[in-house]
Order: sequence, then C-alpha cells, then structure tokens
Amino acid sequence: MTTVISVENLSKSYRLGQIGSGTFAHDLNVWWAKVRGRPNPLQRIGAADHHRYDDGEFWALKDLTFKVNQGEVLGIIGRNGAGKSTLLKILSRVTAPTSGKVKVKGRIASLLEVGTGFHPDLTGRENTYLNGAILGMNRKEVDRKFDEIVYFSEVEKFIDTPVKRYSSGMYVRLGFAVAAHLEPEILVVDEVLAVGDVEFQKKCLGKMGDVAKEGRTVLFVSHNMGAIASLCSKGIWLEGGRIKIYSKIQETISSYLDIADTRNAVNNPVDVSDVTRKRGSGEIRVTKVGLLNINEKWEQHFSMEDDFLIRIEIENFLNIMREVNCWFSIATPDGTVLGTGIQYDNSKRGVSVKGLSTVILDVTCKEIPFVPGVYFLNVGVLGKQKEILDWCEMVLSFEITDLLKNGSYFDNRVGKMILRSTWHVVDKKI
Amino acid sequence: MLSKPHLPFTEQDESWDLIIEPQRSWLDLRLGEVWRYKDLILLFVQRDFVSLYKQTVLGPLWYLIQPLLTTIIFTFIFGNIASLPTDGLPKFLFYMSGTVVWSYFADCLNKTSQTFVNNANLFGKVYFPRLAVPLSILISNMITFAIQFGMFLIFELYFIAQGTEIHPNWPWILFSPVLILMMAGLGLGFGIIISSLTTKYRDLRFLVTFGVQLLMYAAPVIYPVSSVPAKFQWIILANPMTSIIEAFRYAFLGVGTVYMGQLLYSFTFMLLVMFAGMMIFNRVEQIFMDTV
Repeated sequence: MTTVISVENLSKSYRLGQIGSGTFAHDLNVWWAKVRGRPNPLQRIGAADHHRYDDGEFWALKDLTFKVNQGEVLGIIGRNGAGKSTLLKILSRVTAPTSGKVKVKGRIASLLEVGTGFHPDLTGRENTYLNGAILGMNRKEVDRKFDEIVYFSEVEKFIDTPVKRYSSGMYVRLGFAVAAHLEPEILVVDEVLAVGDVEFQKKCLGKMGDVAKEGRTVLFVSHNMGAIASLCSKGIWLEGGRIKIYSKIQETISSYLDIADTRNAVNNPVDVSDVTRKRGSGEIRVTKVGLLNINEKWEQHFSMEDDFLIRIEIENFLNIMREVNCWFSIATPDGTVLGTGIQYDNSKRGVSVKGLSTVILDVTCKEIPFVPGVYFLNVGVLGKQKEILDWCEMVLSFEITDLLKNGSYFDNRVGKMILRSTWHVVDKKI
Repeated sequence: MLSKPHLPFTEQDESWDLIIEPQRSWLDLRLGEVWRYKDLILLFVQRDFVSLYKQTVLGPLWYLIQPLLTTIIFTFIFGNIASLPTDGLPKFLFYMSGTVVWSYFADCLNKTSQTFVNNANLFGKVYFPRLAVPLSILISNMITFAIQFGMFLIFELYFIAQGTEIHPNWPWILFSPVLILMMAGLGLGFGIIISSLTTKYRDLRFLVTFGVQLLMYAAPVIYPVSSVPAKFQWIILANPMTSIIEAFRYAFLGVGTVYMGQLLYSFTFMLLVMFAGMMIFNRVEQIFMDTV
C-alpha cells in the first residue's frame, strides 16, 4: 500500500480580530485598544471550547497527523466547527496551513461545491468547458468526455440554453457531472450530495463508489452517516480541531453517534436490560449501569488520573439465591480491551443476590491510567465457577479529556497508558 | 488513540508530487503552472465577452460607443470650451487616441484591482493559479482595445482622405505592440498590488477609481506634453504612462515628443511594478481567504 496523502502536524490558526475586520478603521481600533492595554474590541467572546483560543488566536486545526493509502475512501465526520471544512480547504489549496505540511502523490481535485464558477448567462455547453477548466481539465479532456458528461447530467435537450434558465436540479446535475468526470488520483469531496433529489443523490453516490473501485483515493466529508458508511472504508472523527478517532469507518461512526447521543440526551445511567448479548446464560443480568465522579454525580467526562465510580444494578431472574462476581472492562472504540477489573480481585466472596431481586454495586476505579480519548465500558457477571452469566459490551462511553487535573494539557505521546514512573540520578554503574 | 503520531516519525523515501506548506517563498511564482492553465485563461476571456453584452440591445457596439462619447465630450469641453492645444492635430483625433490608449491601461488596472474581492467565492471553493484571472482581464481588455483602436484608425483614414496633413511614423508603428505590453504590465502590476491590499482593507477600492482618474490628468491624454510649462513637466514625465501615450501619438499621428530615456524609464518602472505585484499577489493568494 502506498501512502498518497501524508498529513504531518498540520495546524491552522485564525487570528482573532482579523476575522471580520475588513477595514483600516477596524484595525486602527484594535491597535489603539492594544496600545492602551485594553482587550481587543473585536474579539469574539463566550467561546465554549477554550483550549482552541490562546493569545487572540483560534486554532481551527491543531497538530493533525494521519496518512491515507491509495484506494482508500476516507470519511471525515465531526460536529460543525470541528475543523472539517478547514481541513478540506487546506487539502484543496484554497488556504494555506499555519504550520505543518501535507504531502500528496498524484493529481488532487476537490469538489467543495457543485458548479463552481458557472456563469448564469453562459449556456450549459459553455459552462461545462469553463467549469472543467476551473477544476483543472484542459480543453481536450473536456472534448473527450463531453458526451459522457451531458449523458450523465440528463440535460441533453438544454445543453445550449443559458444555465440561468435551468431548474436548480438541472444546474446541480450538470455541475456534478463535470466534476464526476475529472480523473484525479485523489478526489476531495465536501457535502455536495446534500443537494439534488433522492434519485440524483443515489446516482452521485454510485459514481463516487465507482471512482473508489477504480483504485482512486477519495476524501469525503458529510453529515450523512448512511452515505459515509456505505462509501468509506475508514473514518476520521474530528473534534475541536483534533483527531478524535481514526479507525475503520464503522467504529468511527458508532462512537461518533454514541457521543453525539450522550451529548444530547442523558443516557447515563443506561438501562441495558434489553440490550442483546453475545455471551452469557442470562439467569443473572446487569440491568442498569452508570458512571459517576467521586462526588457521586453522573459524569462521562474525566480528566486523566481521575477516580471514578461505576454503579451497576444486577437482577436475579431465577427464584434461587446466587453468589456471583461482577466484572467491568474498558475498551477502545474498536473494541480492544485495555484492562479488566473483577470483584474477586479484592474479596474472596462475591455478592449474594436473592431470588427475583436486584442488588446495586458501586465499583471505584482509581486513577485511570489511560491517555485522553474515548473509551467504552463493558460489564458482566460471573458465576461461582467463573462461568459467564452475563456479558454486556460497550454499554457506555466516556471521555478522558486532555485537560489535566493541574490545568495543563496532555502531550501527544505514544501509547494508550501512562506508566507511572519516578526518576533519579544515581551514582552507580550498569 | 490510533491517530497519535508514532514517534519517532519514520520518513519513507518517497517522491511527492505536491507539498502543501504554510508559506511559499516570495520568489516561487509558479509561472509554469499558470501556463498549464492557459485554456482556463482563454475560457475566462470568452466568458467575459459573451456575458458582458448579453441582453443588451446594442451588444458589442458598446465597445465603440463608450470611447466615441468620451471623445466627443473631451473635444467639446477641453477642445472647444477650454481651448487646450493639441499639437496641431484635429482635436477629435487627438482626444480619441488619448482616450483609447488610456482606457486600456485604466481598465486593466481597475479590473485587476478587484481580482480577489470579486472572485472570493470562486477562490474559496477551488484551486487554480489565481494569476489566471488578472491575465484573462488583460487579454479581454486587449481585444477591446484592438476594436477601439481599429475605430480610431478608420477615423484617421477618414481625416487623411479629407485632406488633413498626418504623417504616421512607420518604424514606431511596428514598435507599438511593445507599448501595448508595457501598458498591460503597468496595469497588471498596479492592479494586483491593489487587489492584494484590498483583501484586508476595502477602503482602497474607493481610492482606486479616484486615483486612476487623477493619474489621467497627470498624463498627456487631454493635452500634449509640449503644452505643459517647463517647470511642471517633471510631474507629467514622472508618470510612466506619459511616454507611452506620447509614443503612440508619435507613431500613428506623427506628433509629440519621444525620448528613449523616458521610454526606458517607463519600461523599468513596469518591470519593477509587475515583479513587486506578482510577489505580493503570490504571497496573498495563499492566505487571502482568511482575511477577505
């Protein structure tokens, strides 16, 4: 597999006060405030994600590093303002990065909008040539593909009509048709599929799928998870200008949706009695799980080395008393288990559950050693002979933020865990 | 997390076709890339022509009406009311030559100075060498100029046929393409410097139209250099357009004062402005989306 895009420590900052300051008078204003030691009058206030703002600068992207191999279709997802568009703009060379670089192998074409540069007074034919040239084709290439483009766009009859007479659907179809017949090695596509009718959207997706099958590389930004899931093989989730997850597309999407859910609706604690299990007899099951901080408040965001509590409710569905051991484990979004805690680790006896009743357990997890990121909680129940009674995967997600307890930010180091270490200079020989 | 860079970063020995970096050097103008986009430049020219007079009754006739009206007004106001001298030429021909030549330079400057602001939407969506836009403006203005200059030549022939004494200067006529390129270079240079600065300060836009008009009065458009009092002549001669306009008149109408030194001055001036313009433009095109 050859790497065709290599993004290295890419950052992009916007200087506050320069955004939206278009006149000399404004700049004078800012300068005068600075001279008097007053705050910048044009600075945006009330910014929620404070770590992106430092010293009058806003970091739209911060230290992005990733590689894309040839033939991969990479989906980029994230909330509004996560930095997706900025990343695409840099890859499309519409704006330059502040630091870091992107290395590209092969011709790169970007499709941030359909019908870029269409002139309303020109005919469909004239605009096809113009748009083709804007996207980087020369006249001969357009000549060669002209019939195909027109056929794909379904506007044969109106190809010599000025595009201002087109319906918006026709306009979009022609625009996409031109772009779809570019033959770049790498195609960067923004949310263009959000336009047009359902029928046409399907056609566009099909075309993009074809492009991918031809072994070309596609970078695709969308909020349409269905389209992303069906087209892409890998996914990047951007959050606050950084990469949150870069993984297989399903994992990226599921964790993105999961976090998006927990942000909107509180499902902590979560009722897992109806969640289907892959393993376990199910006589005794976990019915509810929740995460709490040390002040016993429901919480899914922790700092590194925080303590936290897991509250588990187990229910005995048989009418006999049972002695069981509960366990929990923490996994990465792709399912890799990083560590497990089992009840018998610190007590010989488990917990006795009377028939047809419930018991609630609190587990304290001390000083989480994991590096910032999103993690998932698995829980389950073991019987007396350590047989599996319940095995419930990925019941809850939680996030370890890169804001440390001492107020500083975590450095990007290799690995998943912090190895706690003490360091001394000694007067000995090895 | 999977995305964290694995240190130390292993650098494979690979050849890359494109490296996107924070800032290119000032001198990295990438003119070769502009050449590869020559089809685009021509299509921009075509677009400007086709779209400009769509849905107008007179269509391309407007190319002729504009300079004609200006010439008539100048002839009336400066020639008949103010009675400015015209080096012994028919007033109409004198003003028309000045207007046509000047308007090429002025249009190039005015239009290229709006490159970034007018195309912000397009530039924000797709990459192509930004210089393609001002270059296409130079070319479409050159076509306009050819049409208008053709009209001027027809009027000149008419005057000659009427018996007016006019002595065109053939060697200088052959030199006139160089004069046109000098005007194009000056217009482009000034235009892209201004367009680069207007991405941050829109105030400049208002100054440009005004400034170009002022500059016209400091050029021999409505009066010949010979009519300017000696102690003010240096102001007129400092204007790099002066020698170009005078050379044009000398070539096609046989009057005026042309010194090689002045032409050389204009030529050097053009090279400097154009080079400075391209460097600033090159610098600004990479980040203007953040400030425009």
